[in-house]
Amino acid sequence: MKYQSQSIAKLYFIAAIGLFVGQILFGVIMGLQYVMGDFLFPYIPFNVARMVHTNLLIVWLLFGFMGASYYLVPEEAERELYAPWLAKLMFWIFLIAGAATILGYLLVPYAELAKLTMNDLLPTMGREFLEQPTITKIGIVIVALSFLFNVGMTVLTGRKTVVTIVLLTGLTGLAVFFLFAFYNPVNVVLDKYFWWWVVHLWVEGVWELIMGAILAFVLIKITGVDREVIEKWLYIIIALTLISGIIGTGHHYFWIGAPGYWQWFGSIFSALEPIPFFVMTLFAFNMVNKRRREHPNKVATLWALGTAVMAFLGAGVWGFLHTLAPVNYYTHGTQITAAHGHMAFYGAYVMIVLTIISYSMPIMRGRTANGPKSQVMEMWSFWLMTVSMVFITLFLTGAGILQVYLQRYSDTPLGFMVVQDKIELFYWMREIAGVIFLIGLILYIMSFFVKHDDEVTA
Amino acid sequence: MNSTVKQSEITTKYHLPGDLAIWVFIFAELLVFGIFFLSYAFSRAGNVELFNESQKMLDTASGAINTLLLITSSYFVVRAVTAIKSDDAQRCVYWLAAALAGGAGFLVIKSLEFADKFSHGISLGTNTFFMFYLSMTFFHFMHVILGMIILAAVLIKARNGGYSAAEHTGVETGASYWHMVDLVWIVLFPLVYVIR
Repeated sequence: MKYQSQSIAKLYFIAAIGLFVGQILFGVIMGLQYVMGDFLFPYIPFNVARMVHTNLLIVWLLFGFMGASYYLVPEEAERELYAPWLAKLMFWIFLIAGAATILGYLLVPYAELAKLTMNDLLPTMGREFLEQPTITKIGIVIVALSFLFNVGMTVLTGRKTVVTIVLLTGLTGLAVFFLFAFYNPVNVVLDKYFWWWVVHLWVEGVWELIMGAILAFVLIKITGVDREVIEKWLYIIIALTLISGIIGTGHHYFWIGAPGYWQWFGSIFSALEPIPFFVMTLFAFNMVNKRRREHPNKVATLWALGTAVMAFLGAGVWGFLHTLAPVNYYTHGTQITAAHGHMAFYGAYVMIVLTIISYSMPIMRGRTANGPKSQVMEMWSFWLMTVSMVFITLFLTGAGILQVYLQRYSDTPLGFMVVQDKIELFYWMREIAGVIFLIGLILYIMSFFVKHDDEVTA
Repeated sequence: MNSTVKQSEITTKYHLPGDLAIWVFIFAELLVFGIFFLSYAFSRAGNVELFNESQKMLDTASGAINTLLLITSSYFVVRAVTAIKSDDAQRCVYWLAAALAGGAGFLVIKSLEFADKFSHGISLGTNTFFMFYLSMTFFHFMHVILGMIILAAVLIKARNGGYSAAEHTGVETGASYWHMVDLVWIVLFPLVYVIR
């Protein structure tokens, strides 16, 4: 670690992993509720479990992105963080606000929570992924702005690199598009229309820039390939992401009441969305093959390659599967969507955060890489989580295809709940895969506690 | 015998004009337009009458002038590349400026055309033909602007002595992109304005 203030990332990463565990626990609970509807009722109803599962995901990924920025920005800018105290303060504010919000979901009925937090004054609650009370949303904006200020000042007063500029662009976009969470028009079409400006332009726009920047940073470090080469790839990836992703928002506008031309725009542009992910895969493998040093942190390399491949499969291939309007006409809102959502989030964003954690955590703990025992354990956790996520995706895809056929395509379509009963087997298998994912995650955490054995060998 | 020798000379001397990155970009762009063209063809096949009827409202003359402008402009960037290869930076700058003028002329004529369509109340929602006409030509319009920005950047660098006969990848990069912009229009114009 070159700069003292980089160690702030450790706080953020620990919190991220803690919330990740919570997210998976609620995922497993919810998976069981798919087949045992009254499991834990009335304490944790399905809708609450779902809200906690998705909100925790977003919050812990944000912790991960912030941690990643605090780690890599000082090193790239070649100076200490502009205001380390601010980063620490914002950490606690974000963590407490996040925890209070989740507890609010769990302990109080949602309508009650809305009243309690005075949602009436500025109603923003009640929309998928943006369920947070208005006051939490304001908190998120404050945290995001101070974070941007801190990182921005560090970048602007230090050495500017393509990695930090791209990262800063992504983070700025993240903050700007979140503001649409406060726009809550009465017209449902307009509401959905701009809701996607947060949701889609995050995950298929600015988050990809953040992911590209983090991946580029880790690859520079572990492969020793010339910065110029890596930066050129990064430029191409960003250009392709923005060409396809921005107008690609149209694939959410097919059936919500937006003008019909969106069926063309959405289909055409989002059909290209796999390309930047494919280039990212080529990029990662090319750089690792051209490596000019053997970095002792093998498992970080594994995560970096893994995230590129899984992002391409989950976001690229599984996204393309149902992105064309004539196909989406049948698959909209079925388990196909759930399959895509799971693998895309895991492949692109969970894995990129785990990549930077895997690379930087040993350094922040005073060594270039963990000992072989710890690395092997982490590799096991990589494979357990990744393979079980592949199976979760496959089972949900199977469930989705059956659902589409039985409920929407066959000559004698069946009702929603009848179909849900018929595809129960897939949900059971998904739940088993989910439990294996949890085991992988436990192993991942255990790998941090393996006694460091480098001193013995060195 | 003679020809085989020449052939091998060509292959050994062959190099990719411009930066590899621009070619990745160019092919991605061509893919977008390609999908647009295919979509246009498919929806026209199912709706020939509407397409023919709407097509009559387009101004073929200004489309043709624009085609000439872009092709001429493309020729100018070729001259700019030749100039820099013989180390004549000044001439290279002039040719680039001429190419930019061609692009600007295109933008003016296309803007007048857009204004005319809008004044007739035509919008993306009018019908499928105009959805394609407006979105494809507007998308291309934006590419002309981007191409001009790239050429302008190359021009400024050339004027400051940034290129020479030995090092002129940047000029070729800009020229390659400009040719792509031209190529797309050469397909777009007959497809949307002419073929019935």
